[in-house]
Amino acid sequence: MSGNERELLETLVKRVANGPSGTHIKDKLLDNYSAKVYKNRKEHVIQLEEGVENQSIAANTRTIPGIMTARGCCYAGCKGVVVGPLKDVCVITHGPIGCGFYSWGTRRNRAKPDEHTDKNFVTYCFSTDMQEPDIVFGGEKKLEKAIEEAMELFSPKCIMICSTCPVGLIGDDVQAVARRTEEKYGIKAIGYSCEGYKGVSQSGGHHIANNGLMRYVIGTGDKKPKTKFSVNVLGEYNIGGDGWEEVRILKRCGIEVLNLFTGDASVESLKSAHLAHLNLVMCHRSINYIAEMMKTKYGLDWLKVNFIGVEATCKTLREIAKYFNDPALTKKVEEVIADETAAIKDDMDHYRAKLTGKTAGIFSGGSRSHHYQALLRDLGMKTVIAGYEFAHRDDYEGRDVIPTIKEDADNKNIESITVKPDEKLYHERYTAQQIADLKSGEEGIELDTYDGMIPEMCAGDVVVDDYNHFETDALIKTVKPDIFLSGIKDKHSIQKAGVSSRQIHSYDYSGPYSGFRGAVIFARDVAMAIYTNAWQLVTPPWKHEPMLTGKIAEEGKNA
Amino acid sequence: MRQVAIYGKGGIGKSTTTQNLTAGLADMGKKIMIVGCDPKADSTRLVLGGLAQKTVLDTLRDEGDDIELDTVLKEGFKGIKGVESGGPEPGVGCAGRGIITSISLLERLGAYEADLDYVFYDVLGDVVCGGFAMPIREGKAKEIYIVCSGEMMALYAANNISKGIYKYANTGGVRLGGLICNSRKVDGEAELVSAVAKEIGTQMIHFVPRDNAVHRAEINKKTVIDFSPDEPQAEEYRTLARKIDANDMFVIPKPMPIERLEAILMEHGMVA
Repeated sequence: MSGNERELLETLVKRVANGPSGTHIKDKLLDNYSAKVYKNRKEHVIQLEEGVENQSIAANTRTIPGIMTARGCCYAGCKGVVVGPLKDVCVITHGPIGCGFYSWGTRRNRAKPDEHTDKNFVTYCFSTDMQEPDIVFGGEKKLEKAIEEAMELFSPKCIMICSTCPVGLIGDDVQAVARRTEEKYGIKAIGYSCEGYKGVSQSGGHHIANNGLMRYVIGTGDKKPKTKFSVNVLGEYNIGGDGWEEVRILKRCGIEVLNLFTGDASVESLKSAHLAHLNLVMCHRSINYIAEMMKTKYGLDWLKVNFIGVEATCKTLREIAKYFNDPALTKKVEEVIADETAAIKDDMDHYRAKLTGKTAGIFSGGSRSHHYQALLRDLGMKTVIAGYEFAHRDDYEGRDVIPTIKEDADNKNIESITVKPDEKLYHERYTAQQIADLKSGEEGIELDTYDGMIPEMCAGDVVVDDYNHFETDALIKTVKPDIFLSGIKDKHSIQKAGVSSRQIHSYDYSGPYSGFRGAVIFARDVAMAIYTNAWQLVTPPWKHEPMLTGKIAEEGKNA
Repeated sequence: MRQVAIYGKGGIGKSTTTQNLTAGLADMGKKIMIVGCDPKADSTRLVLGGLAQKTVLDTLRDEGDDIELDTVLKEGFKGIKGVESGGPEPGVGCAGRGIITSISLLERLGAYEADLDYVFYDVLGDVVCGGFAMPIREGKAKEIYIVCSGEMMALYAANNISKGIYKYANTGGVRLGGLICNSRKVDGEAELVSAVAKEIGTQMIHFVPRDNAVHRAEINKKTVIDFSPDEPQAEEYRTLARKIDANDMFVIPKPMPIERLEAILMEHGMVA
């Protein structure tokens, strides 16, 4: 039998094992559910099929109670993700202490003191520590007292108030407190009604935070960019310093970064974000609202980028150059790419040799499961399972599906604001025709749109929306990937099942993983995890001795 | 110890009826505590001769958890003990949660002495949220009386409150003891209230006529039995007290659909 014949035979054997539809993994997984749960989950778990285009997935809907979802809450999305990293803002959690405490420093958003105010509140946790009497009598007075204390101790230029569940129940008016704060202290203050129970996941909180920043911050400054190639990097939260690696690379190319949004960001600088020449969008899910609204209000285009992965970073840089269409910039970008890739080539070759052929699963929030597939590809690895906690259908299938997404009561509960073109500041760089030209063809760029994760995946791969503990365990058992990238909630159960795991939300105290240098750090961490999988060497006692003993009684007699 | 909760539509005379009724019970030698569950804190005014004590929640807010029972619990007419839960000003905070907090605190402080014959909860308005259902929800009050009149909205409320009682009847063991008609002198009032009571599966335990003696006593911050013990109205409250003391009809109410209630109103309320 020749090599080719053997390969063909193996493929055939696999196909038979997979059944005619090739969706055996999905079927096996869902078989474990009761009829009611099955009916719901079968729409959220898909296995990609050969030759089937536009496979659809259900997303952004309520989790079935009792399922151990990995999702967080609306407050987590607003405070924890979007406004928390604003370094010159004193973000006050209005609520009992737990909400503040458990959202304190968990996201590893790194930040240097703000250049305008020399302040950095990112490492602090401000909370009103509501007690029973505050619930009964209302918490506004305590909130105002907290603001007074914050002003005395830290004199911030901006205060943001994030509401927790009880605040919504008792009806404290955080927006009114914010207005009074502005009058009393002459600073900026924003109240967010981001009570945890709103919506179906963190996603609602992102939207609420986006609305606040758009309404009260962006467009209120007039600090012009210094160069003609200035950008904001939206949806970059600077976990482990990712944003700084991106700034380093962009700067080398001669591209000015006005704002990382909101990693290492300041409100002072966000005020003038609308004066940038282009918005780059990293995490589409959490920030696309602002990208879209800035496009409508200021005519500012946005480009979906990916700085995770060497190839992806190169592609991103070339797309930016293509957008600006400046020969000198294009030349510089190519020089930087050549130099940076040469500098990491040996390291990447070394790790690729160790990792080629390995498989991975990624469960993340709403973007990384897509982004990291590119970096794993650089290392010769294949992502076979990808899932999101709180993504919407457009993050899976691309923005073209947005008009077909059905609104339900949960979505409508989250305010959606509309903006109009600004009379003075609206400026289009390109006409609609020019944008269409930029987007078309093989070399077309992902401008003002996002094509989603699924188009980059292959037949047989499993995509899971609103993944849960059971499905994670079960998929690991059936698919047996070499590494599973997820978060703190499932890391240890994955490892104890004998599969290596790295935290893709927090990077396990490592990072940056972005850009060129970050790729090497990621490769090192992944190789380290796969080649030092200590839990695989441990055999738990129940594997070789019974945990329960008993006798089988003879029929008709007591044991 | 019998724990009794008095519910009814806002303004129907719950506090007045509760206090005059407890004065009657006190007259019979019973030991009584009234727990006012209304943020307005006016449930014990007549037995204590004015707004005498600080509310539990105000005390809790001002002095923290370290509270002496004496600060919030005062004795009035014939040894009736009065305590006011209190609550936030209208439009802020959560009055329902306040009641829960307040009753828990009273329990911790030992307000529920073993030698009490009756504890009365005078609860604000309709059942508006979980907090106001606290006295029945957690199995504290086992018997409920609903104060109503022949007016339509009062009977609507009585029917609604019955729904609340029905909901907690199986878990908390609470039962309806009857409707107290606090007369507004509407047409065919006694018959109407009796008919509604019968439909719900309970009784109109007493018909309290409308009498200016109540008004005069209230102005003087007193119950009728205290202010004018020889008035006929005082005897009415004594009768009510005796009936409640002797009551043995405790039912799980059968709230009726609105259409049925309206039909009963048409039948009895329209006859002049």
